[in-house]
This record gives sequence, structure tokens and C-alpha cells, in this order.
Amino acid sequence: MNVDLSRRDFLIGAGATVVATSIGAMGFEEAEAAEAAHVRPFKLTTTTETRNTCPYCSVACGVIIYSKGSLGKGEKADIVHIEGDADHPTNRGTLCPKGAALKDFVHAPTRLQYPMHRKPGADRFERMSWEDAFDRIARLMKDDRDANFVAKTPAGLPVNRWTTTGMLAASATTNETAWATFKFAKSLGIVGFDNQARV
Amino acid sequence: MTNSWTDIKNTDLVVVMGGNAAEAHPCGFKWVTEAKAHRGAKLIVVDPRFTRTASVADVYAPIRQGTDIAFLNGLMKYCIDNDKVQWDYVKAFTNAAYIIKDGFGYKDGLFTGYDPEKRDYDKSSWDYVLGDDGFVTADPTLQNPRCVWNLLKAHVAPYTPEMVERICGTPKDKFLKVAEMIAECSSKTKTMTSMYALGWTQHSSGSQNIRGMAMLQLILGNIGVRGGGMNALRGHSNIQGLTDVGLMSHLLTGYLTMPTEKDTDFETYMSTRLFKPLRPGQTSYWQNYRKFMVSFQKAMWGDHAQADNGWAFDYISKLDVPSYDVLRVFEMMAEGKVNGYLCQGFNPLLAFPNREKNTKALSNLKWLVTMDPLDTETARFWENHGDFNPVDTASIQTEVIQLPTTCFAEEEGSLTNSGRWLQWHWAAGSPPGDAKHDTYIIAQIFLRLKALYQKEGGAFPDPVVNLSWEYADPGEPTPEELAREINGRALIDVTDPADATKVAAPAGKQLLNFSQLKDDGSTMCGCWIYSGCFNGEGNNMARRDNHDPDETGAYLGWTFAWPLNRRTLYNRASADLDGKAWDPSRKIIEWDGTKWSGYDVPDIAPNAKPGDIGPFIMNQEGTARLFSRGLMRDGPFPAHMEPFESPVANVFNPQMRGNPVARIFEADLKQLGTSEEFPYAGTSYRLTEHFHFWTKHNRVNSVLQPEFFVEISEELAKEKGISNGGWVRVWSKRGSVKAKAMVTKRIRPLICDGKPVHVVGVPLHWGFTGMARKGFGPNSLAAFVGDANIETPESKAFLVNIEPSTAPKDREGIA
Repeated sequence: MNVDLSRRDFLIGAGATVVATSIGAMGFEEAEAAEAAHVRPFKLTTTTETRNTCPYCSVACGVIIYSKGSLGKGEKADIVHIEGDADHPTNRGTLCPKGAALKDFVHAPTRLQYPMHRKPGADRFERMSWEDAFDRIARLMKDDRDANFVAKTPAGLPVNRWTTTGMLAASATTNETAWATFKFAKSLGIVGFDNQARV
Repeated sequence: MTNSWTDIKNTDLVVVMGGNAAEAHPCGFKWVTEAKAHRGAKLIVVDPRFTRTASVADVYAPIRQGTDIAFLNGLMKYCIDNDKVQWDYVKAFTNAAYIIKDGFGYKDGLFTGYDPEKRDYDKSSWDYVLGDDGFVTADPTLQNPRCVWNLLKAHVAPYTPEMVERICGTPKDKFLKVAEMIAECSSKTKTMTSMYALGWTQHSSGSQNIRGMAMLQLILGNIGVRGGGMNALRGHSNIQGLTDVGLMSHLLTGYLTMPTEKDTDFETYMSTRLFKPLRPGQTSYWQNYRKFMVSFQKAMWGDHAQADNGWAFDYISKLDVPSYDVLRVFEMMAEGKVNGYLCQGFNPLLAFPNREKNTKALSNLKWLVTMDPLDTETARFWENHGDFNPVDTASIQTEVIQLPTTCFAEEEGSLTNSGRWLQWHWAAGSPPGDAKHDTYIIAQIFLRLKALYQKEGGAFPDPVVNLSWEYADPGEPTPEELAREINGRALIDVTDPADATKVAAPAGKQLLNFSQLKDDGSTMCGCWIYSGCFNGEGNNMARRDNHDPDETGAYLGWTFAWPLNRRTLYNRASADLDGKAWDPSRKIIEWDGTKWSGYDVPDIAPNAKPGDIGPFIMNQEGTARLFSRGLMRDGPFPAHMEPFESPVANVFNPQMRGNPVARIFEADLKQLGTSEEFPYAGTSYRLTEHFHFWTKHNRVNSVLQPEFFVEISEELAKEKGISNGGWVRVWSKRGSVKAKAMVTKRIRPLICDGKPVHVVGVPLHWGFTGMARKGFGPNSLAAFVGDANIETPESKAFLVNIEPSTAPKDREGIA
């Protein structure tokens, strides 16, 4: 697939050979060779290239993300650059003022890093572990569902409605996340369940 | 979208009405530029503001927000009066000739059967006359006064250019220029495309706006053709996908619908969803509903869904109201009837109308869980930010858990764009800190709930403990595993319908597409319309062949489009009754005497003879509906309705406020303002430098558009003594905001019914978290009422007042 064989990988290999041979062949003097040696390498040369799509509007422009490190190789990957994908039929490499600044979203200072907890009446969030967060949420949900679930109408018709807890899903998540979320919410009987398509 | 972004290059005329593609969808709008530059296409923009889309238009016509139906009905009248109709198309492919029951009528802004107490219609007369054979009766000569065409003609008759000017404030000459250009597209060799977005949906009569244009496009023969169609530009990157996968209170996946209390068992549910053809021999594809529904139930509950338990029909909730949409849920919350709320990648504090009500509603929760990559206002609704969030923190007893999620760049999966392309993307970076994938978070909470139910028992645990959850690591299903479920697989060997001795899909293998689905429990499929996305050939959503034979704009080898990789919906309608393209230069598919083929996947059975089977295969009629029977709550034809808050009365019925059948809660009715108190027409909009409430967290975008403003005309500024860049206060019956005034020529007063209407534009990108300056949004002002059919809030039309002011509290001393 395209992530495995990227254009960049190809250029890295080819480029190194070209530089070495052309300097010799063109008969550069020592000064020029020294000059060439300290020119800063192209900053994307050592990056991993990944195909993605812009997460904002539903034109869904193709983007290429460049990272230091490769997730595919099990490394930590730090995103250093994002640009339009010239091979994409819709945007053909172009991006709008939102898409062009995508890297700032990825690295926004207000990106959340840890689960946080605000106690009733408190004026701040406090750190919480994932385990504690999951346990707490499951407990809160189960207690509310058990107390307020409408299993049947007075006439005995099974209706399975849980109206005292609601959920909003996110229309910027993937279809696969959406399907997992759908299964979760609808099996619990959460009827107050919508996404941004409503508004 | 019926068509795709890349198809727009094939058009002759682009009508942007109810949207602003140049600013909100810039790289898609490029295809409009392409059509203009290389085909000589023209662009018409109809909008209350002279937007950047308008700035490159051939014709710009101003319109008062919320009056689009009057404009569209006026266009239909113009086409009918001037014989600008694609007659062969209208006669063969629409229900123009069908006879309507005698009881149906329209008077004083209302259709037959209105009950003001119930705010609802008795729709029994809004239907066809059926013959003894059970099929609809028709008069192909269109002479019968009760045929749809003649009723439509009478219905649009009042919408003269003068009436359009009176209601919409569009100068008559501008309207006529637009009408003339649009009418030219009734030619078989000219097409027009409609591009619309929230400017049409965010109204109490939003669904009827879209219907109006769809009807006009049918009259012009522009549906199913290259460069034509109804193209909803849509908002978020996967708003199409989340609708398709059914994450809505009234839906299941693939537009299967939630049962109601009337659906007492599976067979009763199915009995109202049989969709028998209403004309002889028609496809009526929803006849396959049972196959989709049974396969869906199998995807949800596996072996626990069996024929003898009605395929676990009891596990699905039965609604007692039409929908538990967000307005209803927040109304319940404000009344103290909701205890808990999970909020995934959504910022309702700023997104839903009536901010003050939202704050009150969230404060009534016992607990709130948010999942988001960013620090949203909703997660911090309890935090005091002076004028920008004036809450009493200590009194808010809501427990809040804020969970950090990954963003697009750190995760893998598919997003469905507005052209219905399911595009796979790959993870490129490590998440910040301890942020997790949404799938992990959902799975972890689910597994804990399941364990608690297994251990403790509780309220009806069956649908929870029996939910199919067969993943290699149940604690984190992979995108590929989930995509395979969405596509569906055979549970036992599925035989070929043409030859029972052949196995079409062996047990355990992925299905080719939804044509292999069965209603006997032998197949499972999460979302039938997506079936084919991940079949035996692999992940078709990851395909990247960008070849485009003959440059039609179809790109069949690029990712996967639903349904069945089809790029233009209703494409059978691109050909005439003999199966030849209406416009040979814009062929999509043609009939070669034995089968349909061409540049796209045919939207008709490949061997369906032209002339026999109509192109609108999802409809029971096989034709498209100019008259929508009882399928919409507010009428079978679009009729002019004013917004709930309007500067003028409805000219057809001055007593009627808003949409006569839209739901409005008691408390919100009391919070509607009048034009005496609030004389100006407010509207909301987006800027090209921002995306909703995300990009104010980004440095670049916050520099480009750092702060909240409101936009007014020079005339209004003069009248109110407001200076460009000066502080103003804008307020409605529900709230108040302070902003810098942007005084422009882009907004001009409109003359409606003899009096000037001033428009106040309110962009929506600011809040109190992120990098940009703190600010407000239009939801502090907008009314808490939704569209009559789908409950999308009326965020595009509300009443406000405005006055010069001082800076908000923490902005004092800042120029």
C-alpha cells in the first residue's frame, strides 16, 4: 500500500547517489565541496510520509503527513509537516486556510493529554487515571440505567428506553469508530443519541 | 450529494443558494472555478450577504434569510409559465401525471387537514388515487385538473416576481435575471447544479427549502446527469458517515428507521416497511428492507438474534416520540429529567441555540463525560470566564470527566465525504500525552458495563451482555475489524440466487456487496449501504487509482463510494426512454440493447429495459416526486413560511408564526421576540479562516481571524450611530453579546413588503478556550426551535436589536 512505498523513501535513496557522483563528475573545487557539505539537508528527507484526509469540512481533501519516526516500525512519530496530496482527485494538492494550518491543530497547546476530573462544585480539573475514569463512568452509567430504565410500557410492551442518560457522537470520527459507538449506545437503550448532522 | 465534487466541472450553471462554498468549502469550490474557466459555466449566488462566493458570481441576488421557498416557487412558476420544462423527463421520470385525491387542497398558507391544537396535519388527503389494480392512476396527457402537474401549477401561481420581491426583498430585475439563466437549463444539453449547506437546513422549514430546489431540478431534467444534481456540501469531515451509520435518535444504520411503540413486534414493524411498487413492474428497492434489517440485527447480536425471537427485535428501543433529538434532550435536561451525558467530539454549549438554556441544562446534570482532542467550552461549562461565561461555579454540582482522544493524524479509518466517497486514512503520529483512540475508550467502558451486568444483574442486561463483540482484542477493536463488520459476511454458506448449486459466499467470508444479503439469518451486515467497502477484494476504501477515463470526473478506482461504488445517484435518468444519453457529450451510462454500461456503476438493474423500469428505484413509484404525498409533515409542496422570529408577517396568513407544524416547547415559545422589540434580522455564518470551534485553538488561524465581530450595513451603522471597529451590544429575547462592529457594503438593507429590513451577521467561531481572543457566538442569540421534519435548529434566522456599547469586562482598555 502507499504508506509502505512512499515517493519520499524512493528519493532518499536516489538523491544520495546523485549528490555523490555529480560533485565528482562536475569537477568541483574543494571550496565548492565544502560549501555543499554544510548546506542543510532538505528537512523532509528523513521523514515518514503518510496519506490522510483533512478532518475539517466534507470536501475531504487529501493530505500527506510527514513525521520524524515511523509508527509502522513501532517508533514514536512526531508530525513535522502537513501538505496537500497532489495525487488526490478532489484537491490536487491544494489546501484552504484551515487545511494549510493543520499542523497547528495537531500540536495545539490545548490538545488534551490526560483524563481530568471535576468534582461537584469544584473550580478546577484534577488529573485522574484512565482506570479510575473508566471504572467511575461505568458505575455512574450502570447506576443511572438500573434506576431509570423503562423496560416496558404499562401495557407490557417491551420498549427498552434509557432516557435519563444521553449521548452525542462526533461527526469527525471515522465510520469504524461510529459503528463501535453505535453498537455501544443503541445496545444500552440510549435514545437521546445524535451527532452534528442534527444541527 | 447526488453527484461528486469532481463532477461539478461538468456543469453549465452553478447555483449557490443556502451556502457559501468559496469560504466554507474552498477546495471543493475549485471545481466551480474549473467549470467557469473551461466550460464557460456561469455562477449565480443568492444570499443575504455579498459573500466571497458572490464576489466571483456572474449574478448575485440578495435575499432575506428564511424566504428561500418563495424564491424557489417563483422560479418554478417562471419555468412553467415560459414553457422552460424538460418535458420528456418530467413526463417519464416524475409523478407529474399522477392523480391526487379530491380532498387535497391549499388555502391561506395551509394545506388541507390542519389542526392548530395538535400543530399537525391530517395528511390522509395528500395522496394518489389508486386504481382497482392497486396502482396509482395517471393521466399522461397532463389534462386532468387533479394531476400533480396542474396542482403544482396552481400552487406556485401566487409567486410572481412582484410577490418574490415583496417577500424576499430581492429586486424584481435581479430575480428575473436569475430565473432566465436557470430556465435555460431545461434544455437537454444544459445542466445546472445546486450547491447548498446550512443556509438551507438551519430553518424551521429547512427540509422544504431543499425540496423546492429538488423539484426545480426535476422540472429542468437535472437529476441523475453529469454536472447536475442536488449537492449538499455538508459540514464536518464525516457528517455524511455518521448519518449513514445511523448515529441519530430516529435512525438505525443505512437509513433503516428506529421502531416506535406502534411496532409491537418484528412483523408489525416490517408491515409498514414493505414498500410494494405503486406502478407496475417498478423496482421499489426498499422491498429488500427485511434482508437489511435481519442482517443488521445479526451484526448486533449474532446468535442471540433468531427467527423465533423476531431477530432480537425486543433488544432495540421503541420510541414514544418521533425523535429524542438534541433539542428535546436539552429541553429534558433543562427540566431536570436527564442525569448523565456523554459528549464525544462535540461542543453543544456553543453549537446548540439559546446558550443560557444550554448552561442551565448542563448544570442540571449529575455527571458529564467529554471525549475530545481539544479543551472544549462544554467540558468547562462550569468555569467562570467573566462576561464570556458568567456562571456561579460553586453552585454547579455536575461531576465532569474529561477524556483526551486522538485526532485524525493519529488514527486510522474511513471518512465519508459529501460526495459519498469512503476514504481510508492512516495514522502518522503518536498521540500527545496519554490520549487514546475513541474505539479504545468506548470498548473499555462497554466491557466494564458488561462485566458489572454479568456480576450484579440489573435492568434488562440482555442487549448489553449479548452484544456481538468479537474482536481479537475486545479492549480495542481495530478499524479493520470494524470495517469488515460494516461490510458484512456470510454466517453459513450463501448460495447464488441464479444457481442454487453454487456457493456465492462461503461461511465466514466477506460478502461481495448488499446484493448477497439474506433475510433468513445466514448473513450479517452492520450497514447495508456500505456493503462492498471491505469485501473479498480487500479494503476498497483504501484504493488510490486516480485514473479517470475520458475525464468524466467519476474516478471509479479512487476509494469506494456508496452504494456499490456508484458516483452519480439516479444516473439512469441521464439517458432518455430509449436508453440514449440526453446529452451525448455528457454520457454516464447507456443501454446497448441488452444491458446498461458506461462510465459509472448503473443505478438500475443492468438488464432493466429502458421504458419499463423507472430510474428512481428507491421510490415505490419508480419516478421522482414533485408531490411528496404525506412523507413530509409540513406539506406535499413547499409553501412560504416565515421564520419563527421574522421582521415581517407571512403575507399569505399574517396570523401564522413560523412553520405551523414545527414543534416548539412552552418555555421557548415564551422566549420568542417580536419585531417591535427586536427589529433586525440576525443570521449566523462561518469564515474561511476558521472551522467551527476547533481552529481558534490553532495559532495560525487565531492570527488570521483573532476576534469575534458582527457585520452590519453602512445604513444601519449610520442609523444607530455605530462606527466601524467600535464596540456594540447585540441582544435577542434570549441573550446578549458584545462585539466589534464590522461595517460593510457586503450587507445592504432589503425592502420587504414596503419596509426596510436590516440584516445583522454573526459569525460563529469564538468561545472562551483556545488561543484566539475570548468572544461569543450566534447561539447566545438564536431561538430554540427546529425544522418541522428533522429538528435542525433555526440558527440562520432570528431577531435582534443592536446599540453602540463598551468593551466586555476583560477587554476594557483594549482597542
